[in-house]
Amino acid sequence: MKPDTNPKPPMLRMENVSKTFGGVTALSHVDLDVHEGDVLGIIGPNGSGKTTTVNAITGFIRPSGGRIFFKGKNITGKKPHQIADMGITRTFQIMRPYYSLPAYKNLVIPLFSPRAKRTGGWRGGGNLGDRKTIAIDILEEIGFERDSYIPFKTTSTLPTGYLKRLELARCLALQPEILICDEIFSGLSMSEIASMVPLIERLQDDGITIVMIEHRLRELFQVANRVMVLNFGEKLVEGTPEEVMADERVKEAYFGSEKIEEVMTYA
Amino acid sequence: MSTENRRKERIDRGIKVRSDGLYALMSWREMAYLIAPRFILIAGLLALPLLMPGLYWQRVISIVCIYAIVAISFDFLAHYVGLVCLGGAFFIGVGGYIAGIFNAYFGMPPLLTIPLAAIAGGLFCTLLLLPCLPLRGVYFAIVTLMYPLFMARIIEAFDIFGGTDGILGIDSFSSAFVEQYFVVGILLVFLFGLRRLVNTDMGLIFTAVMDNDQAVRASGINITHYKALAVFIASAMGCLAGACLTHIYMWSGISQFALDFSILPIAATVIGGAGTLAGPVIGCLILVPVSELLRDFGTLRIVFYATILVAFILFRSDGIMAFAKRKYEQIERWTQV
Repeated sequence: MKPDTNPKPPMLRMENVSKTFGGVTALSHVDLDVHEGDVLGIIGPNGSGKTTTVNAITGFIRPSGGRIFFKGKNITGKKPHQIADMGITRTFQIMRPYYSLPAYKNLVIPLFSPRAKRTGGWRGGGNLGDRKTIAIDILEEIGFERDSYIPFKTTSTLPTGYLKRLELARCLALQPEILICDEIFSGLSMSEIASMVPLIERLQDDGITIVMIEHRLRELFQVANRVMVLNFGEKLVEGTPEEVMADERVKEAYFGSEKIEEVMTYA
Repeated sequence: MSTENRRKERIDRGIKVRSDGLYALMSWREMAYLIAPRFILIAGLLALPLLMPGLYWQRVISIVCIYAIVAISFDFLAHYVGLVCLGGAFFIGVGGYIAGIFNAYFGMPPLLTIPLAAIAGGLFCTLLLLPCLPLRGVYFAIVTLMYPLFMARIIEAFDIFGGTDGILGIDSFSSAFVEQYFVVGILLVFLFGLRRLVNTDMGLIFTAVMDNDQAVRASGINITHYKALAVFIASAMGCLAGACLTHIYMWSGISQFALDFSILPIAATVIGGAGTLAGPVIGCLILVPVSELLRDFGTLRIVFYATILVAFILFRSDGIMAFAKRKYEQIERWTQV
């Protein structure tokens, strides 16, 4: 997609955002526009500032400089729950489910939030009186077998694949407008990833704008229509997957001397 | 008899359904199985004042109940919200002083001062603890430990509310009987009320805050709001207990901010079973009378006390309540195959 084909103002805009931790510069002067319906991939080597970007957008850290806008409103420095309330939800790279609760009760918590009460929960279930039924509906949609015992198991006993889905389900319960997935494929087996890709595509069809941080480039390039490459906290390239793949600087910074096609094949 | 057509089966197996909190009851016997432990606790607590020989031991029962209210508020805050609050004495002292001030200086009757102390004291404690709410774990514990010391030193230094003498001339309850049934009744209401609260959706949010506060924030929920609400519930309970204590002793003074009120409820929670709510009550029923019995030994009683505590931590670290619950669920009966 070319940048000029979308005449609407961007859904999410980062202007000159910087973040320093003491003397370490995690992000320096990053600009980013995310348009409605986009699937934006953020890639980069370890420590390049991908998760810092997400944390800055979702309010978990306050940027040292620059401004962030959501639908034209300045959201810089707002609290995480306020930003989630506006419709930007995120998953965590290190999964953060509520381990002591049964899996379905993990979703009762977002369904209790003010935003879910306003929007009526996932797919506008409307009546939030029965949060447990809605929770199990969402879990079924995301790949938990409804009639099995899995939604009722204690979360700490679930395998990683289900925990990743639970992270996603927690975001979906809030009816997000922007969904930020922080390495949602990492730690999953090939077959689990293969079942996640259609899920992401389905969410995109539902009109959710998606930002994905990913190391698994092949799967990312399947779903993403724009890709931003970060390196040492700076934006290296932004463009379509083809443009990014062709860019010499990306090959140099991210892949060293290897050919990008090889990385794509074996990543 | 032969085991060909009979086998042993756990009673709870038949009545527990997959979703927790739902039971499928088939008979009065199964109903009795569920009700019996609750009935024993309620009937036992209600019968205690009648069974005690003499005024001295009746007074001990009142003190047990007051400690038990503080202990279940500690248990709720520590094991259902994740805020380990060592400031039980802070709640007791604030509640005690508010009840004392309104009774001695404004002439309000105990029936008015006690609810007033609960609400006003709860608000006061929550307001003072508000800056500490972003803290977690041991940091919150240390800060809350300072609050009672801080209050006691302020009252001493500025010589307000009677200074080191405390507030004298406070009304007592109309009779010893009223006093005991009042505190026992309050304890039972709080115990079953909290048990109900932690099973609601709001209780679920409290548990989620304990488990993973970042995820709750990412779910669009203001965790400070819920933490403050939980602190208000717990501190209002503590203040109410403190107000009762003031009216029982007819005196409120800086010894109500003493460390005892912070430490004993925690010890009772450890012995009774953390996170069970009923456990701390049982712990107080053991610890407070033991401490009275050991009074003859003077300061040596601390040694006995510590020994009991260490023994429990070593050999029954999950507490009496968890142990008893496990044993109760293992009761078997013969059934036809």
